[in-house]
Amino acid sequence: MADTLSFSPTTMKQYEWLLTRYPTRRAALLPTLRLAESEFGEIGVPEMRYVADLMEIPPAFVFGVVTFYTHYRRAGTGKYHIQVCSTLSCALRGSEDVVTRITERLGIVPGETTDCGLFSLSKVECLGSCDTAPMLQMNDDYHEDLSIDDVDQLIEQLRESAKGGSN
Amino acid sequence: MAFRKIFTQHIQKKTCHTMAFYKKHGGYEQAKAALSKRKKPDALIDLVKASNLRGRGGAGFPTGVKWGFVPKATDKPKYLVVNADESEPGTFKDRLIMEKCPHLLLEGILICCKAVGIETAYIYIRGEFVFATERLQKAIDEAYDEGFLGNNALGSGQRIDVTVHRGAGAYICGEETGMLTSLEGDRGNPKLKPPFPAIEGVFGCPTVVNNVETLANLPYILEIGADAYRAIGPENSPGPKLFCVSGHVENPGTFELPMGVPLRTLIDKHAGGVWKGRKLKAVIPGGSSAHVLTADECDVAMDIESLAAAGTMLGSAGVIVMDETTCMVDAMLNVMRFYHHESCGQCTPCREGTGWLAKITHRIAHGEGRMEDLDLIQDVCDRMVGKTICALADAAAFPAESIVKKFKSDFESAIQNGGSPAWKKRHPSVVGGTASHA
Repeated sequence: MADTLSFSPTTMKQYEWLLTRYPTRRAALLPTLRLAESEFGEIGVPEMRYVADLMEIPPAFVFGVVTFYTHYRRAGTGKYHIQVCSTLSCALRGSEDVVTRITERLGIVPGETTDCGLFSLSKVECLGSCDTAPMLQMNDDYHEDLSIDDVDQLIEQLRESAKGGSN
Repeated sequence: MAFRKIFTQHIQKKTCHTMAFYKKHGGYEQAKAALSKRKKPDALIDLVKASNLRGRGGAGFPTGVKWGFVPKATDKPKYLVVNADESEPGTFKDRLIMEKCPHLLLEGILICCKAVGIETAYIYIRGEFVFATERLQKAIDEAYDEGFLGNNALGSGQRIDVTVHRGAGAYICGEETGMLTSLEGDRGNPKLKPPFPAIEGVFGCPTVVNNVETLANLPYILEIGADAYRAIGPENSPGPKLFCVSGHVENPGTFELPMGVPLRTLIDKHAGGVWKGRKLKAVIPGGSSAHVLTADECDVAMDIESLAAAGTMLGSAGVIVMDETTCMVDAMLNVMRFYHHESCGQCTPCREGTGWLAKITHRIAHGEGRMEDLDLIQDVCDRMVGKTICALADAAAFPAESIVKKFKSDFESAIQNGGSPAWKKRHPSVVGGTASHA
């Protein structure tokens, strides 16, 4: 499977630009994993192998790095990754109610993905948006000052987008 | 001199993040003056030393002194790494700077690079800040287009390159040596100091690590001079400061005020007071790593010395307010779970200690606590503080020991009555301390 993965010419150009920004090749590993994440949609073992081969870094080292961090989109993550901030400031303003509501609506608890592969739910640590608590990150976007109605609306919107085939 | 806001005066304007807007309001004039051939780097370091500017990331180290540690005679390249990994719970000020005034940060970077003789700067930004990353990248692109960055930055003849480097979700990468290890492409494990980054930092070379807000102060210091800057707030930790207020207040937000503003004024006036007409119970004044304050201890000024004298710290100025309904056992469980999750696991006292603090608090909250647990928490804390490579263990132990000591009755009540109120509400069928599951 690793053989079938490869960066598009555009991504390869971005990768080559990255290498010019650092004095060592290895320093470009984290940003290169970001390129792989957006090119391939997720970081699983085949993607790690591809990056390791490309950068001439041992695969075990790449695996060690990827698994240290929580923010790479790992294999099996749903199309919409809902990450509810659960650290103190958000918890004080009702983040647990947000999680409970999502669980009621989607039938999954934190750490799970819906059978249809559309939604994943995670509880995550402080997202640096405590003044707009409770809040969540859906893929790249922050959704802030959430009410339970906002949560319902977000889920409906995402279901509609999925039907329409767009993001 | 009337207090002038330097970060937030224009943030309501839609285009405040653009080069055109920034230049129209005097942007890059201080960097131009600093980078002129007549300006000596040492004069800039002396000016920043004289201003008493202290780091805004949490440790409060004098910025000019830190710069002065970088060796002048070295054949190695020198680096600036901007700490934009804002992840201390309760803190959201650097995000505001990067989203609303990214050029202010870039101008600060230029000044630092001139002062220390640096050609390469990295902005290490946490991976979750996607929008801030876009804003920063756009600002950097604009600065290259104008010739403010690049091989001949601002026509000075000095090369200054800036690269945004995204993290990937790890609190520990906000610790400076963890950040440098991560920037090198590795797991973000902190390193023992010495050697300090100023001598041997990223890629084995002399490195300045400065926080976003720290650097964004520099253009203003150059503009008004060290004496005028020192006159803003207390002389030993002066300057305009971004205070983040979150939790149980009517109007959470980032407030730009002179260093030394009274904590009560910050909460009651600026953040609209405790919400729902309730009474204040506790405040964490400087991000979740700080010792907690009781309501009675909140008559304190928000500056480095005053908060240290009150037994806590200014830290990242992330003020988390808790009202009278808050169960401090639940609050502590939340904070301990955070540190356990974020410990990198290198040092046994931290890896095991944060785990034990989370477990013990968990069992107290869930109706399985014992009175001896309160002494046990203190014992675990004593075995963590000062015994690890970095300060994450201290950052977990400080809130733990202070919350238990200052809110002991909440813990005793949870132990005697079968768990914390929130847990009992979720599990009404479990009575007394007989719960057999977590």
